[in-house]
Amino acid sequence: MKYLDEYRDGRVAAKIVAEIGRVTTRPWTLMEVCGGQTHSIVKHGIDRLLPSEIELVHGPGCPVCVTPMEQIDKAHAIARSPGVIFTSFGDMLRVPGSRTDLLRLKSEGADVRIVYAPIDAVRIAQENPDREVVFFAIGFETTAPANALAVMRARALGVGNFTMLVSHVLVPPAIAAVLQSPGNRVQGFLGPGHVCTVMGYREYEAIARNYRVPVVITGFEPVDLLEGVLKTVTQLERAEARVDNQYSRVVSAAGNAGAQRLIWSAFEVCDRKWRGVGTIPKSGLRLRYELRDHDAEKRFDVGTLETREPAECISGQILRGLKKPHDCPAFGNRCSPANPLGATMVSAEGACAAYYAYGRYREAVTAS
Amino acid sequence: MCLAIPGKVLEVFEDRGVRMGRADFGGTVRKVCLESLPEAGLGDYVLVHVGFALSKVDPEEAERTYRFLEELGQLGELDAPQADT
Repeated sequence: MKYLDEYRDGRVAAKIVAEIGRVTTRPWTLMEVCGGQTHSIVKHGIDRLLPSEIELVHGPGCPVCVTPMEQIDKAHAIARSPGVIFTSFGDMLRVPGSRTDLLRLKSEGADVRIVYAPIDAVRIAQENPDREVVFFAIGFETTAPANALAVMRARALGVGNFTMLVSHVLVPPAIAAVLQSPGNRVQGFLGPGHVCTVMGYREYEAIARNYRVPVVITGFEPVDLLEGVLKTVTQLERAEARVDNQYSRVVSAAGNAGAQRLIWSAFEVCDRKWRGVGTIPKSGLRLRYELRDHDAEKRFDVGTLETREPAECISGQILRGLKKPHDCPAFGNRCSPANPLGATMVSAEGACAAYYAYGRYREAVTAS
Repeated sequence: MCLAIPGKVLEVFEDRGVRMGRADFGGTVRKVCLESLPEAGLGDYVLVHVGFALSKVDPEEAERTYRFLEELGQLGELDAPQADT
């Protein structure tokens, strides 16, 4: 089917690449915000199709990567507690904390269960009234409605043995943190398509205006990403800075109002620490006060946890677009997906893990 | 982790005040929450993330996105066990 192949058609892609070459008159650095976009760019070699003046740097948009080690260590302490069933998305199981990971705890006898939907964790709590069931609620705005639904349902049904360990993060404050970071190089953003499916893109208009940067809401397929780059570079070359929507076949300006209402019924904005980056003001979500009975951090006293990231890891600079995986001497040797040193290697959508998965460690080795 | 997967709505029902349904994701049938998508009905394609439908999409977009996610190895969440209704 011709239409289906339009977004991966080599000729369509070649036309856009040629157009990007035509409009580009000087160097520009763009950041894609979403980990799914990073994965797609590296897999399809989108960055290598672009004129040499255009550099793509990879942003902080992988929620698994940026979940702070303190929260991971708390998850591990809770999962080890007697009588607890600890539930999580599968992506979090291999993420290392200071000492261990959930998969290892499971093999050592902890009751750790993967759930497909957060609401399934509420069901597990109903089926196990004599156990404490904890759900590890991580994610960006895309995941927040599903997590909100789970806790609101637990409350509505009076499921008192269900709690959440919340470590939610928000995209717009992270973009602002990148732009405020000393030595920032990013001049334009490919905005996150599925985050904006939920939230719309009005929040990004303030960023475009206040920081004078173009933000182009972009999809995930090769042609989407190339179109996103073209729209961003075109604005930069014309000295424009506004929000544009490349992904209009899915994203609307207002997003999904019902999903947003659900988010704000369960969560409120808080300061949040990002792994590799540090605390970003007003960049996270926590449970609203009325839902404190379902807050795992109030139910379980895990004490103060001291965590330390390996000093060698440069993931904080990678997440802010200051460096790339190749710039790290540990990349591909002392640090790999099987033995990650930090944030950008812990999940498949992290920039370092994507470079590793698609063989880019080899060129780093041969270049050194 | 943040990508939404398109599925076709096969069934719509109410579960204790919440609008739910079942959707087909390339042959895997999953329960989905349709609470925030009142306009989605039987036969419609919806983008679903961790069991929650976020938006309606047209069939061509759904098919293309599904194939794309499959190639990208991003359908892993569909392998997770599901609680029975």
